[in-house]
Amino acid sequence: MLRDPRMRQVISACITLGFAVGVFAVSFGVSAVSAGASVAQACAMSLLVFTGASQFSLVSVIGSGGTAASAFGGAALLAARNGVYGLAMAPHLEGSLGKRLVAAQLTIDESTAMAVAQDDPAHRRAAFWVTGMSVYLFWNVGTFIGAELGTAIDPTKYGLDAAFPAAFVAILFPVLKDRVARWAAITGAVVCLALIPFVPVGIPILAATVGVLFGIPAPDGDAAGRTA
Amino acid sequence: MSWTLVFVLAGTAYFFKVLGLVVVGDRALPPMLSRCLALIPAALLAAIVVKDTFSVGRDLVIDARAAGVAAAALAAWRKVPLIGVIVIGAAVTAAVRVIG
Repeated sequence: MLRDPRMRQVISACITLGFAVGVFAVSFGVSAVSAGASVAQACAMSLLVFTGASQFSLVSVIGSGGTAASAFGGAALLAARNGVYGLAMAPHLEGSLGKRLVAAQLTIDESTAMAVAQDDPAHRRAAFWVTGMSVYLFWNVGTFIGAELGTAIDPTKYGLDAAFPAAFVAILFPVLKDRVARWAAITGAVVCLALIPFVPVGIPILAATVGVLFGIPAPDGDAAGRTA
Repeated sequence: MSWTLVFVLAGTAYFFKVLGLVVVGDRALPPMLSRCLALIPAALLAAIVVKDTFSVGRDLVIDARAAGVAAAALAAWRKVPLIGVIVIGAAVTAAVRVIG
């Protein structure tokens, strides 16, 4: 399958994304330890929880003095979106129960986004698995490095706090291939920004999913709808 | 931070992943629902980008990250490879912080 040049392109993009996320994981390791987690706890979170936004939200609430319950609430709401990603990915990830239970742990923002950006089913499956495994590897290595470095480095000094939104912008572009998707994106962004000052951390992202309601009308001629 | 919190969150996160992909995922979905689900990445990614660019906790801010992410968006639009987009985003953000 590596004779297919597009497949090589897809796989290399997926591995690169994993590496980029790994750089971001360093800043998670640093934040976790600064918020009072041990190196072992930071690493256990990345191995077991494995969903970056939830992990960041947990340590940020704990670090700013929030209770365990409020920290858990926000992190759990953020984790809920992986369930929705699972729904979107399920038709493309058939196989044994064991295989799907492994795929479940890898069902995150990056693997789903890379997969849905592909048109061909084989590319889609490859994008999911390669991104999932690459992010898993680099996310955990990065967390360990960051946790060991502890508070010795300041991630903002190197602009690392902008690395994550920059990566997501790059992933977002190919997703915006039709008018309906662009409206969903604009709505998601506006709803999220409008809510940030008024509701607890984590909720604006979930509320942004109202953008998907643009999928309700049946697609007509030129606004070709995509099938999941 | 307590280990209980770490393990409870790990269990919850995996529960949601399995619920979507394995428990519900096997069934055929109505076309309308499929169309909505296909829009999730667009809506969520856009929301995550603006949140990570324009907010600190619950405060809306415009700081060096806005310049970095704008540069990254321009690079992505010009089809610069992903790693390049990330490096540009981080470098411009860091540079604006030094100047500002």
